[in-house]
Amino acid sequence: MIPAAFEYTAPDSIDEAIALLERNDDAKLLAGGHSLLPLMKLRLAAPSLLVDLRRVSGLDGIQEENGAIRIGGMVTHAAIERSDLLARRVPLLPAVAATIGDVQVRNRGTIGGSLAHADPAADLPAAILALDAQLVARGAAGERVVPAADFFVDLLTTALNPGEVLTEVRVPVPGTGSGSAYAKFPNPASHYAIVGVAARVDMQDGRVQEARVAVTGATATAYLSAAAAARLQGSSGDAAAIAEAAGLASEGREMLEDLSASAAYRTHLVAVQARRALTEAVAAAG
Amino acid sequence: MTTQERPPKLIGEPIKRREDPRLITGQGSYVDDLQPLGTLHMVIVRSPYAHARVTGIDVSAARNAPGVVAVLTPEDVQQSTEPVPVAAQLEGMHMPLRHALTGEEVKFVGEPVVAIVADDRYLAADAAELVEVEYEELPAVIDPEQALEGGPLVHGDLGTNLCVVSPIGDAEAAARAIEGAEVVIKQRLMNQRLIPNPIEPRAVLAHYEPGPGTLTVWSSTQIPHLLKTLLSACARVPEQLVRVVAPDVGGGFGCKLNVYPEEILAALASRRLERPVKFVETRQENYVATIHGRDLIGHLELGAKRDGTLVGYRIKVIADIGAYQHLLTAAIPTLTALMLQGVYKIPALSGEIVEVFTNKTPTDAYRGAGRPEATYYLERGMDLLAVELGADPVELRRKNFIGAGEFPFDTQTGLVYDSGDYEAALDKALAIVGYDDFRNEQARLREEGRYLGVGFSTYVEICGVGPSSALPAGGWEAGTVRVERTGKVTVLTGVSPHGQGEETSFAQIAAERLGVGIEDVTVIHGDTAQVSAGIGTFGSRSLAVGGTALVMSLDKIAAKAKRFAAHAMEVQADDLEFEAGQVFVKDAPEKAISLPEIATLAYNAVDLPPDTEPGLEATSYYEPGNFTFPFGTHVAVVEVDTDSGSIDLQRFISVDDCGNIINPLIVEGQIHGGLAQGIAQALYEEAVYDANGQLLSGSLMDYAVPRADQLPSFELATTVTPTGVNPLGAKGVGEAGTIGSTPAIVNAVVDALSPLGVQHIEMMLRPERVLDAIQAAKGGVR
Repeated sequence: MIPAAFEYTAPDSIDEAIALLERNDDAKLLAGGHSLLPLMKLRLAAPSLLVDLRRVSGLDGIQEENGAIRIGGMVTHAAIERSDLLARRVPLLPAVAATIGDVQVRNRGTIGGSLAHADPAADLPAAILALDAQLVARGAAGERVVPAADFFVDLLTTALNPGEVLTEVRVPVPGTGSGSAYAKFPNPASHYAIVGVAARVDMQDGRVQEARVAVTGATATAYLSAAAAARLQGSSGDAAAIAEAAGLASEGREMLEDLSASAAYRTHLVAVQARRALTEAVAAAG
Repeated sequence: MTTQERPPKLIGEPIKRREDPRLITGQGSYVDDLQPLGTLHMVIVRSPYAHARVTGIDVSAARNAPGVVAVLTPEDVQQSTEPVPVAAQLEGMHMPLRHALTGEEVKFVGEPVVAIVADDRYLAADAAELVEVEYEELPAVIDPEQALEGGPLVHGDLGTNLCVVSPIGDAEAAARAIEGAEVVIKQRLMNQRLIPNPIEPRAVLAHYEPGPGTLTVWSSTQIPHLLKTLLSACARVPEQLVRVVAPDVGGGFGCKLNVYPEEILAALASRRLERPVKFVETRQENYVATIHGRDLIGHLELGAKRDGTLVGYRIKVIADIGAYQHLLTAAIPTLTALMLQGVYKIPALSGEIVEVFTNKTPTDAYRGAGRPEATYYLERGMDLLAVELGADPVELRRKNFIGAGEFPFDTQTGLVYDSGDYEAALDKALAIVGYDDFRNEQARLREEGRYLGVGFSTYVEICGVGPSSALPAGGWEAGTVRVERTGKVTVLTGVSPHGQGEETSFAQIAAERLGVGIEDVTVIHGDTAQVSAGIGTFGSRSLAVGGTALVMSLDKIAAKAKRFAAHAMEVQADDLEFEAGQVFVKDAPEKAISLPEIATLAYNAVDLPPDTEPGLEATSYYEPGNFTFPFGTHVAVVEVDTDSGSIDLQRFISVDDCGNIINPLIVEGQIHGGLAQGIAQALYEEAVYDANGQLLSGSLMDYAVPRADQLPSFELATTVTPTGVNPLGAKGVGEAGTIGSTPAIVNAVVDALSPLGVQHIEMMLRPERVLDAIQAAKGGVR
C-alpha cells in the first residue's frame, strides 16, 4: 500500500516509449495500471521507471479494416463493452469485457495491458483465443504479429520480448453462422475468473465446421482445448456432443489449486462452464 | 398556544442523514485528512511468523536511512509504556499481557515488533525494509481443538492453551432433559472467523505539546472517552492532559472498540519527539493486525418431544480467541452464552464456553458480537430438529415461541427479556414471502430438477448495552443540551457515531422536544474536550442509552425554562406547559413565551427566579435498568445450481422489531448494512489460515466483502413493540441485520438440497463445499 520510489515519464510517441524501455532494464509500461499499481503498492513490484502510454498516439480506436477489427492497445475494457461496431461484428468481445472487475476497473483497464500482463484468471485472454486474434508487437527491431494461440507462454509470461509494446489486437470478423459465448464462474472477492470458458462455434448446414474452446482461470495460462474442438467438429452441436466435448476441455491440463478452488473442483468447473458456453454459442450460431 | 404554527413532527420521520452531504462530497474529515504542521509518519515492522522466538533485532541501518527521525524497539517501549489493555476479565482466566512492541516471542502474523518514525510515509516504509529481525521459528497451533488436545503452546509459561471455561445454565437439568428426550439432535456447527473490514482502516494521530504538557490524540475509534482514560495510563500522561478526538470515522463494526498498540506507540513517539506522529493502517495490515470476529465451534444437543416441544438444550462452545486478549475479547463469547435460549421456551438449558489461545490474530467484538453465533446455533438446530421430526420449520418455531403475553420473561441464562411479539414478526414475514405458494412452486420446480429452498431465522438479540454491572467500564451514557443565547441548540453526546446517523436522529429528538427547527440543532460528539463524559458507540446502544441521556437533559431544560417563564409571566410554574418551543399558560395559551426569549432571560440574568442559576444547559447521566431485546424474522429464498454448487440468493425478507423508531430511513440503512454482513458470513466471507498460521484470505482480492450486485434487493418490514426499559421505547438496530440473517441463508440452502439428502453444510457456503455436500449425500464422489 506504500510503494517504493520510482520515476515516471509519459512520452508522446511509441518509438520514444520503446527507446525508454531499451535504455532502462527494469522500466515498466503503464497502461491502465490496474494490475501493476497494486503490485507496486504491495512492493511486489518496484520498477525504477514507469513509462506511461497515455499520451502515445496510435494506440486508441476500434476500426474495421480488411475483414478484421483493429483494436488499439490502449482501448479500455469499457470502450470495448460499449462499442457498437464490436456488438455487431464480434459480440463475444463486449460480452467478455462486461464481466471484467467493476465499472472503475473497466474504465481504466486496457486490452493491451490485460493481455500483456497475462494474469492466469483474466477474461480477455479466453476471448482472443476463441476469436483467433492476432497481436501486434512493436519493438526497436520493428513490428511483428503473434497469433493469440502463441501469445501466452506461462504464468504472467507472454511472447512479448523485453522492449516490445503490444500496440494492437486484430480480431477476424466471424462469418455468418458463427456463434459465441463466455461462461464465467467468478471469484466472489476478486471478480476474476475461477474458471471462464469462451466458446466460438461456426456452423454450416447444421454441422459444426469449426469450434474453438478457450479456457481461462483454470491453469497457469489461458489455453485452447484442441480435444474439445475436435469432438465437436462435424457434429450437429447436439447436447450429447457438447457434453462430451466439455468433458474433454480440461484434458491433459494441470489445474491451479488455491483458496478459491481445488484442482479437482476446477476440473469439474471447466466441464460445467464449457458445456454452458458451447450450448449458448451453438444457439447463437442459429 | 399562540398563533405561531406548530413546528413539523420530527420523531419518526424519514429525514435524510444530515451528515451525508459532507461525507459523500469529500468534505468529511478523517484522521488521515489531518496534517498538522510538522507531522511525522509511523510505519510498523510486523512478525511474518505465527510463532517465533526473536533472537536479534538490528535497527542500525533503519536509523540511518533518509528521513528517519526515530526507531522504537521493544525494549524501549516496554520500559516506557504500560501493556496493551485488557478490560474483560473473567473468573479464572489466563491473561497474558503484551506491550505495544514484542521483542521476545511473537505469537501471530502481524504482531508489531519495531516502529519507524520518519518525515513521510514512504521513507518510513523504505526504512522498515532495512530493519533486520532474526527469528527462530517455533511450532504454531492454528486449530483450536488441536490447541486443547496437547498442540504446541501459544504461551509456554501458562502450560496450557486453555484461556478460560465459563459455564452457564443448569448443567444437570439440561443433561437430564436431553437424556429423557424423545428426539435429540446432535450437530457440530462452525461459526467461522471473520474480518471486520471497515472502509476506513485504523488511523491515529498523536500530538504532544510540551508547553501545556497536553497530548491530543485523533483516532479512528468508537470509544474516545475510554480511549482517553486507557491511553493516559498506557502512555503515562495524566488523564486531565489527554484529549481524544474521533473525527469522521469510516465504520468500525466493533473493531475500533479497542485500544491498539499503534495508538500507544504514536503517543509515545509524539511525547518523545514533541511533534505530531501519524499512523494509518494499510488494508494489508488491517487484515492481520486489527481484531477478527467470531471463530466459535458449537457442539449442540437439542432435545424435544415427538410433537416438537423443546425439552432441553445443551451446547459446548469452543472459542478460538487468537494469541492474546484484546480489550473485550474474553467477554464476547459470553454474550453467546447469555443469548442461547433465543426466542423459545426451553425448560432446561446449559452451556459451556471454552476459550482457547491459538497463533492467530486476536478476536474481539465484531458486529453482533456473540449473538450471531447464538442465533446460528439455535436456528440451525431448530431446522435440523424440524427435518428429524418431519415438521414444518415454521410451525416448529411457532409452537415453542415465548408468547406475547409472557413478558417480561426470565431466561435460563439469567436475563429478563423486556418485551416481544415473536409471532407477529413471523406472520408478517410469512405473508411477504408467500409461504404456501412458495412451497407449491418449490415442489413443482423440483420435478424439473431445480432446487429452490426457503430458510427461516427467528431471532432475539441483546441491545442497549447496558447496565453498568455488565461492562468493565460502565454501561451508562451521558448527554448535554445547551440552549445558546440565541435560542439555538447544541447537543453534546457521549456516544461516538461512525456511520449510525446520530447527528440526525438526536437532532430530531431535540428539535421536536424543544420546538425548534432541526437546522437550529447541532450534535457534537467524539471530542473529549467538548463532551465531558461518555462511553461510546457499540452494542446497538446509542439511541437506547445515549438517546435516553439526551431526553433526560431535554426534560431538565424544559423544567428550567418553565421556571424562567413562570417568573417572567408572574404565574406558577405548575400552571405552565412546554410544547413546541413555547412555554404557555395551560388555561390561557395566548400567554406564551418563546425559547429564544427564555434563553435571553437565562443568560442576561438580570431578573433571575428564586434559587435559579443563570444559563440554560443540562447534563444527564443515564444508567439503564436493563438491556433491550430486539427481535424479528428473517427469510431467505435461494436456488442452488447443483452442477456447480453455486447459490443464487433470490429474495431476502427481513422483518425487524427494534421498538419505537426515531428515523425509519436510518433504521433501514442499518438493517441493509447488517444484512449484507450477515448474509456474507453465510455466502462470501471466511478468514482462512494455512497450517503455518499465514492468513490466506489476506486481502480484498481473496476475502469477499460483497458488492451490491452480489446481494438481492432486500424486502424489509417492521413491527413495533416498544420497550419499557427507557422513555424512548427504542431498543436498538445496529446489529440486528447481522444477527438474524446468517442462519436463514444456511437453512434455505439445506432446504433446497434436502431432496438430495443434504442435512448440513458448514459456512461459508463456498460452491465447492456445496457441491461436495451434494456428492457426499448422493454417496458418491465428484
